[in-house]
Amino acid sequence: MEKTFGRLVLEPIVDNNPITLQILGICSALAVTTKLAPAITMSIALTAVIVSASVLISLIRHHMPSSIRIIIQMTIIASLVIIVDEVLKAFAYELSKQLSVFVGLIITNCIVLGRAEAFASKNPPWPTFLDALGHGIGYSVILISVAAIRELFGSGSLLGAQVLPLVKEGGWYEPNGLMLLAPGAFFIIGLMIWAIRTWKPAQVEKPEYRINIVHRTEGS
Amino acid sequence: MEHYLSLLFKAVFVENLALAFFLGMCTFLAVSKRIETALGLGVAVIVVQTITVPVNSLIHQYLLQEGALAWAGLPELDLSFLGLITYIGVIAAMVQILEMSLDRYFPALYQALGIFLPLITVNCAILGGSLFMVERGYNLPESTVYGFGSGLGWALALVLLAGIREKLKYSDVPDGLQGLGITFITTGLMAMAFMSFSGIQL
Repeated sequence: MEKTFGRLVLEPIVDNNPITLQILGICSALAVTTKLAPAITMSIALTAVIVSASVLISLIRHHMPSSIRIIIQMTIIASLVIIVDEVLKAFAYELSKQLSVFVGLIITNCIVLGRAEAFASKNPPWPTFLDALGHGIGYSVILISVAAIRELFGSGSLLGAQVLPLVKEGGWYEPNGLMLLAPGAFFIIGLMIWAIRTWKPAQVEKPEYRINIVHRTEGS
Repeated sequence: MEHYLSLLFKAVFVENLALAFFLGMCTFLAVSKRIETALGLGVAVIVVQTITVPVNSLIHQYLLQEGALAWAGLPELDLSFLGLITYIGVIAAMVQILEMSLDRYFPALYQALGIFLPLITVNCAILGGSLFMVERGYNLPESTVYGFGSGLGWALALVLLAGIREKLKYSDVPDGLQGLGITFITTGLMAMAFMSFSGIQL
């Protein structure tokens, strides 16, 4: 291992973020972020699933025939997601109603399968644990910041507590309804990618078609 | 009949899986660079969705639902917690069967779909369609219509985005937005356009 263990955790948070760079796990990132509370629940649920799934897969990596590995990985992930789903239903029923089908969709969340396939099936448990934890945190950071922006500007509150007093309750803030709708989420993630790539220019993608700037010095 | 038409319309436009529920986003953003590939994937999704949603609906109704096993003499059994693992199993199996039968009987179509068929297993739009079917309690004909409609809606959004992106590559985009960033913003604008369907009642 040339990478130190600290880097395994830190790298996926900004430098190789699963959402903004690897385009993985976007579905849930957009769908559960209208309010902060479901976003935090979702982050915890996903981090729990990805860490335990990766460690389990890493433990049995020598015993898995490669031709059926995908189906084994899916079964492990699906069983873990069922456990998370049942726990949520038992202890946080209201939140699990708000998350609706999206807890179940952790199964097809590409971050989990992606890490299982790309990292866990080739590495021993301890680095796998750190790598999965890093990816869970990287996902959570984006999810929670998008949710904070959307809840703050869309309904003037954070975690249900009113931060900006609304006009209709005698305050001064007119809520921006677009934030709570689907397009708002796309715009925020788009702008967030812009911000991250301006900060870290190494992540900028090459354009497929370069527009040539023609300098005309002589008269035509 | 009117009920089914309205369900179809709702599934295609108002509750578009990609643009209103953000399902299948990973593939949606990754495979929307060219119209032909987008069309191929779109067709595959429609086919798989039209098969898996009704099949999962049958499984849910006759095997997993609370009291569903009454015909086997086990009326108090509730297997609905096995739902997730069953649906993903059905989807994986269906995709595999579809792949083999296409290979056997329609090799041209099989060649055209290529890598996209196996990828559909992990497309959250497919699993999402089945989960929405369970959550809303659709029966067999309703779930067939819903499966077809949601697949069609997803495919439509994908092909439209591919069309936009083919033109977009000739535009002068700021460096940081190049690629993924501008695609997100385009999708946002498309979602806004699709929102205008939401007031329509059939």
